[in-house]
Amino acid sequence: MPEGGRVATAEGAAAPAGAPEQATLGAPAGAGPWRLAWRRLRRNRATLVFGGVFVALVLFCIAAPLYAKHVAHTGPYENHLSDTIEQDGETVNVVGFDGVPIGPTWRGEFLLGADDNGRDVMVRILYGGRNSLLIGVSAALITLMLSILLGLVAGYMRGRVDGVISRMMDVLWAFPVVLLGVALGTSLALGGFELGPVSVGPGSLLIPIFVISIVYVPYMARPVRGQVLILREQDFVEAARSQGAGPLRVMFAEILPNLASTMIVFFPLLIANAILLEAALSFLGAGVQSPEPSWGTMIDSGVERIITAPMLTIAPGVFLVATVLALNVFGDGVRDAFDPKGRVRMEH
Amino acid sequence: MLRFAVRRLISAVLVLFAVSVLTFLIFNVIPAGDPAVRMAGKVPTKPQVEAIREEWGFDDPIYVQYGTMMKKLFTGDTVSYFTQLNVVDEIIKGAPRTFALAIGAAVLSLLFGVILGVYGARHAGQWSDRAITLLAVLGLSLPVFWLGALMNHYLGFELGIFPNGGYVEFGESPTGWFWHLMLPWIALSFLFVGFYSRVLRSDILETENEDFVRTARAKGLTEKQVMNRHVLRNSLVPIITLWGLDFGFILGGGAILTEAVFNLQGVGQYAAESIEQLDQPVIMAVTLFGAFFIVLLNAVVDIVYAALDPRIRLEDARAP
Repeated sequence: MPEGGRVATAEGAAAPAGAPEQATLGAPAGAGPWRLAWRRLRRNRATLVFGGVFVALVLFCIAAPLYAKHVAHTGPYENHLSDTIEQDGETVNVVGFDGVPIGPTWRGEFLLGADDNGRDVMVRILYGGRNSLLIGVSAALITLMLSILLGLVAGYMRGRVDGVISRMMDVLWAFPVVLLGVALGTSLALGGFELGPVSVGPGSLLIPIFVISIVYVPYMARPVRGQVLILREQDFVEAARSQGAGPLRVMFAEILPNLASTMIVFFPLLIANAILLEAALSFLGAGVQSPEPSWGTMIDSGVERIITAPMLTIAPGVFLVATVLALNVFGDGVRDAFDPKGRVRMEH
Repeated sequence: MLRFAVRRLISAVLVLFAVSVLTFLIFNVIPAGDPAVRMAGKVPTKPQVEAIREEWGFDDPIYVQYGTMMKKLFTGDTVSYFTQLNVVDEIIKGAPRTFALAIGAAVLSLLFGVILGVYGARHAGQWSDRAITLLAVLGLSLPVFWLGALMNHYLGFELGIFPNGGYVEFGESPTGWFWHLMLPWIALSFLFVGFYSRVLRSDILETENEDFVRTARAKGLTEKQVMNRHVLRNSLVPIITLWGLDFGFILGGGAILTEAVFNLQGVGQYAAESIEQLDQPVIMAVTLFGAFFIVLLNAVVDIVYAALDPRIRLEDARAP
């Protein structure tokens, strides 16, 4: 389903849905689908800009320790409850006697102010961003792998196997997304859990990663299954089968490579949704556990102080929205470029 | 048609059954530790734990435990250990608030989703279309609880235009009711408007290329007639489907975050609070309540679809 002609591209003119085929005809011989997609992506300035914003945000978060050490001179868990700093030639308490932390100083130390415990908000945002991004990317990867596996098997085997997998997906689908995540998150976070040799502690980041990846599987496995149902009837599958390829070989060596563009298209959108869900779970206390920062937990604790220190709510939210927005716009551009047939339905 | 409807409803009941089993398992099997201790809340006392173990039969085999749980839920005997309040009563108290939120947000999001989607498609490629697209993506990227908290603070607390959260009964003051729900409606529909307008816009652009639209133009219909009678009628179908599913989602208290941030005291907020307190009987009940509406609306959408489009019925009959 081409996303309604590539109107948002640099050319500005509405291209009819058949445009990619024409582009194929007009392209020099030898340009494969990957190169064509890349060419379309490169032409789309909005996509590149927002992709760049995302990469910059990721790099900034990765560089958190450098920022903490050399610019802010404090760590993400360091309290400065009884410290003072110089501001406009005056000595100010980091956290006032009325419990109100200082607002943004707009310089190295306490760039965006301090929180209740006198911790540097900017430093915590960067470290929180590491957690949010780590959870988002890993959850999206796991969702992708699980749903590709389930979708492949269900679509290729059909019959009873498909029935079982599809009904399982129906059940997960019937859960309110946030409730399912929260239910899993709270029950796991309470005592941690043990999965064979792996033992996961109550505050581990693995719990939100696991929860979020499970929740989005049905949203992804359905379109994959639909695609596999179409692919398995194609001639190249028939050819592989007649050469004696078994089901495993056909599934993983023949059909799987054809799902690559689907995976690429959904990956950024999945990350965006996973980051949003992480924030929602943390907001409800079922995601990242304190003192570990994440954008969701920071907003959660910020809302309680919104009247005296609105920056504690605004700042992490702006980073969260910027990241998710960048991913969404970039993801849309990627979808336009790869021109997929399926459409996933995701919300939070 | 009737056969299709019956089949679809039976499968909905089966899905609900499975949801209840899964919810039960999530709380009683997966996590390590004593379920009675967990159920007793954050600060359990020993006799309390013993009483809970006795009452819920945690020493029984697992299927008996499930039976006990379901019986308690359906007879309305479930009581929260945290607040000592009857769970069913609390849900009945919160439901009108949740329904009010759901209906208003559904109307707003469909209305503006369609308006912006049609406008975007008709002006595809122009700057106004791009602005709408960006706004729509922004809607998808905003965490509703963050947007809600900021709206509450700036429009409610600082400027005093809207009340700072809370809910007023309709019978008490219809204008107060409306005014209190205004911000929640806007915040919640912002997300859905973004989603619907994008889907609709791309569907319209796609339908524009269909042969029947060309035919309609060729036989001399005006642009308006083509749009209303031919393009929209076809492009609206996917939107209505999504809308129906989302409506079920919010009706069942799925808008947990919106309800919590605006302090609406509906079923969703009840869910959020019970989660914070680890109040297990409540979590179980509200999850089933939410799943009920999702499954119900899913079935309704399918049946309405089948009524409109005979091909779907045939397909279903052919499937094993």
